Amino acid sequence: MTTESPVTDAWLVVPLYNEAAVIGDVVAAARTRFPHVVCVDDGSSDGSAAAAEAAGAVVVHHPFNLGQGAALQTGMRYVLEQTDAEYLVTFDADGQHQVEDAAAMVEVARSENLAIVFGSRFLDERTRPGLLKRLVLRTAVWVTNQSTGLRLTDAHNGLRVIRRDAAAKLDLKQNRMAHATEIVLNLGRTGLPWAEHPVHVLYTDYSRGKGQSLLNSVNILVDLVFN
Amino acid sequence: MLIQIILLVAIAVITVLLTRSTAGARHQAVRRLMLVGFVILAVLSVLFPSWLTWLARLLGVGRGADLLLYALVIAFLSSLATTYRTTALLNRRITVLARKVALAEAALAVQEERTSTPAPPSSTTGARLDPSDSDNGAPHRDDQGRRTPAGPSGSVAP
Repeated sequence: MTTESPVTDAWLVVPLYNEAAVIGDVVAAARTRFPHVVCVDDGSSDGSAAAAEAAGAVVVHHPFNLGQGAALQTGMRYVLEQTDAEYLVTFDADGQHQVEDAAAMVEVARSENLAIVFGSRFLDERTRPGLLKRLVLRTAVWVTNQSTGLRLTDAHNGLRVIRRDAAAKLDLKQNRMAHATEIVLNLGRTGLPWAEHPVHVLYTDYSRGKGQSLLNSVNILVDLVFN
Repeated sequence: MLIQIILLVAIAVITVLLTRSTAGARHQAVRRLMLVGFVILAVLSVLFPSWLTWLARLLGVGRGADLLLYALVIAFLSSLATTYRTTALLNRRITVLARKVALAEAALAVQEERTSTPAPPSSTTGARLDPSDSDNGAPHRDDQGRRTPAGPSGSVAP
């Protein structure tokens, strides 16, 4: 079956910061479908990098913590400079994304000749965020749509498929969380074909403890307005 | 008055400290001119407090000290803005630099892996390039999808 075979022309890009508890399992699970995984260790202090390496990922090390946006950009540069991959998939390190969703998104990008496929947790009913989280995410979507002109249903989803030509045009300058909006903004400007794809975001207690708080959305807004 | 002496000494010290910093020549010249103006105004307002009060009255402010406070608030805010911009620029540079370092390290690791280990074929990753092939200068691709750098790839071989 084509849907079960390994996806060899796509690299997973995983920004990694202090996720030692789960990253080994996440990489191992991902590598059942995506043999090529690059983790960008963003100055972790807890052995995350070693766990990722042991699980079979390539690890690129930031000398100190720069932020998730910076880690994503580094990971994308790695894929562009060191590999021939046609697609790269941004994937969160905390295990909230489904490998099957990622594979399906690459398949969609391939079959519909799309440069970008955004994951969206609001396109179907699988994902159940709490009321407050829903409010934060919806606000983020609204702000993103206002500033980018795209009409997305989920702006801050870490699962995206980006084709090589689109990735080459990305230059993220927002080191912190505002990069999610910046990616949409940059990709929107390329004018390349894009789509959204329904994904399931699994909220475990672990990922809940690390998710974006309401206060953090203040940071995101300020970052976006003042840059 | 004692306070006048203290303030004049403080102004002198700050002046020396500010003139010593190095920046772009143009920028520095402008700053030094502004500094001269600042020194003159500061000295005058210390020696002739009534002059400052006169200026304040002219601008519709009650006392000279109040005028000084307002000027200070403006100066502080503009300094804050400048610092913010400088910091953002520095962070940007640090990020670019750190990324270069991280990617250079990663590239070196890829290169070393290729040139030093004649890796046995494994079931998951398949056979890597034969190391004897990797010195002829042409870009290679192994089945990891990685690109071997052309040219000096053999130079780091032990």
